[in-house]
Amino acid sequence: MREKYTKKTLLLEILAIIIAIIFLIPFYFVLVNSVKSFAEILIDAAAWPKEFLFSNYVKVWNIIDFPRAFWNSLVITVASNIGIVVITSMAAWKMVRTPGKFSKLLFIFFVSAMVIPFQTVMIPLMKLGGTLGIVNSIPGLIVMYFGFGVPLSLFLYHGFIKTVPIEIEEAARIDGCNQFNVFWRIVFPLLKPITVTVVILNTLWIWNDYLLPLLVLQDAELRTIPLAASSFFAQYTKQWDMGLAALMLGIAPVIIFFLFLQKHIIKGIASGSIK
Amino acid sequence: MVQKRKINWKSVLSYVAFVGPALLFFLVIQIIPFLMGVYYSFTSWNGVSSVVEWVGFENYKRIFTNDPVFFNSFVFTTKFMVAAVFFSNLIGFGFALLLNSALKTRNLLRTIYFIPNVIGGLLLGFIWQFIFVRGFSSIGNLTGLSFFQQPWLGDEKTAFWGLVIVFAWQISGYMMVIYIAALQGLDTNILEAAKIDGASNFRILINIIIPLILPAFTICFFLTISMAFKIFDLNISLTGGGPFNSTQSVAINIYQEAFQNNRYGLGTAKSIIFFLAVAIFTTIQVWSTKKREVEA
Repeated sequence: MREKYTKKTLLLEILAIIIAIIFLIPFYFVLVNSVKSFAEILIDAAAWPKEFLFSNYVKVWNIIDFPRAFWNSLVITVASNIGIVVITSMAAWKMVRTPGKFSKLLFIFFVSAMVIPFQTVMIPLMKLGGTLGIVNSIPGLIVMYFGFGVPLSLFLYHGFIKTVPIEIEEAARIDGCNQFNVFWRIVFPLLKPITVTVVILNTLWIWNDYLLPLLVLQDAELRTIPLAASSFFAQYTKQWDMGLAALMLGIAPVIIFFLFLQKHIIKGIASGSIK
Repeated sequence: MVQKRKINWKSVLSYVAFVGPALLFFLVIQIIPFLMGVYYSFTSWNGVSSVVEWVGFENYKRIFTNDPVFFNSFVFTTKFMVAAVFFSNLIGFGFALLLNSALKTRNLLRTIYFIPNVIGGLLLGFIWQFIFVRGFSSIGNLTGLSFFQQPWLGDEKTAFWGLVIVFAWQISGYMMVIYIAALQGLDTNILEAAKIDGASNFRILINIIIPLILPAFTICFFLTISMAFKIFDLNISLTGGGPFNSTQSVAINIYQEAFQNNRYGLGTAKSIIFFLAVAIFTTIQVWSTKKREVEA
């Protein structure tokens, strides 16, 4: 519906902008109070700061060892993404290209696990993880994300591959290309749009995840960003000045990531939910 | 069991090579622990001891007859789910309608409405804890509105609504994105035909737009139901389950039973009940909205 820009549209626009401002007010509070002294926060949380105290940030940066936590989160997110993309794209392609009862049942098996809540597997997983020696280590956590990432990512690849024409693959096969080369050289590049979606969804989930890292990573130097920020909060519950600076440091990386990629992210979410 | 006729070992091998890795990680990380969980739910295992004693249905009996805290967490989670699903979809759909019209700032506004989704529930909970505790009282002092002057997180009723507000604030932008995608897929000819026939905007919305994009409602309801029912991070950091356990979600209850009370057997039994509840709720919902899709 390409409507003309009428008075009514203008009113709607103003309304939408007002809602957006209300939507952003929580961030205003956090930002403004993160550079205030503790006493100033208590007097009036809504007021503009009298002077900007960046010392809150310096203290928090050191206490939670921000570079370390950032690095841990980054390594975990990137490695998990690579693994999930590799294993699920391969599996989905093979399953789509080998039609039959077995592939169909296997697909249902994978996808139906999406209704298993994390709480249902976490207790035995910690026991099993202890036996396998994958607890309290970053590689162990990454391997767990491989497992948890399979159902949704495989589902998305599966849906997408069904729309990819098979002719090019067949031509390559006739030319003598083996299966791995067909997949990695010809099919995988064609899957780029859905790979972007898969990576975005998994990045937001893994970067922000709290409970699994909390259970798996016990050593302080392995902590991810959410763990570091929360440990800080638990210790200084009412120390709002430092707590808010910790929150700002915690949310800044993912907000920057979003602002750079927002078009892809919003498109990816939409195509990920409506196949 | 693959094919009884002629087994082509080369193709079986390539099937294993491609599907095997995903299947292996999936089995080890999700399915084996799930099956172990079913087993542990019939034991009195404490998580540490090497002796695992079989107790039959004892855990389940105890949960159903003598665990008021779990019962309350279940009631709370269900009530929360209903309110959270209603408001996040109402607001999300409203945003989608608003931003599907020809606003000049619509791309910017979509970005803004979506922002809360990129931040994890844990940090959002801390942010809002500050807003409820200090921010609201400041706004209350400025405006004199009693809405802002309540002890938001200290009172059972308002703590419940506090969680609903934050959940809706976080999720409605995500729902908006899905609804916008659905609205853009609508056939504009039908809408124009209805306009020419003199249908009001409201009629078009109720009788044409909503029935045509019912698949989007199915997805959004499914997502919000499962997200709201599994709420953990946001709940932990915003209210911690308080005051007096009144906002303790089922997920928190299971976590505490296992990792704080060290009753793994009982905790897994609760988690199996939780799994069944999630499976039943989501199946009923998908089934009932899907049925309507066909009729429309």
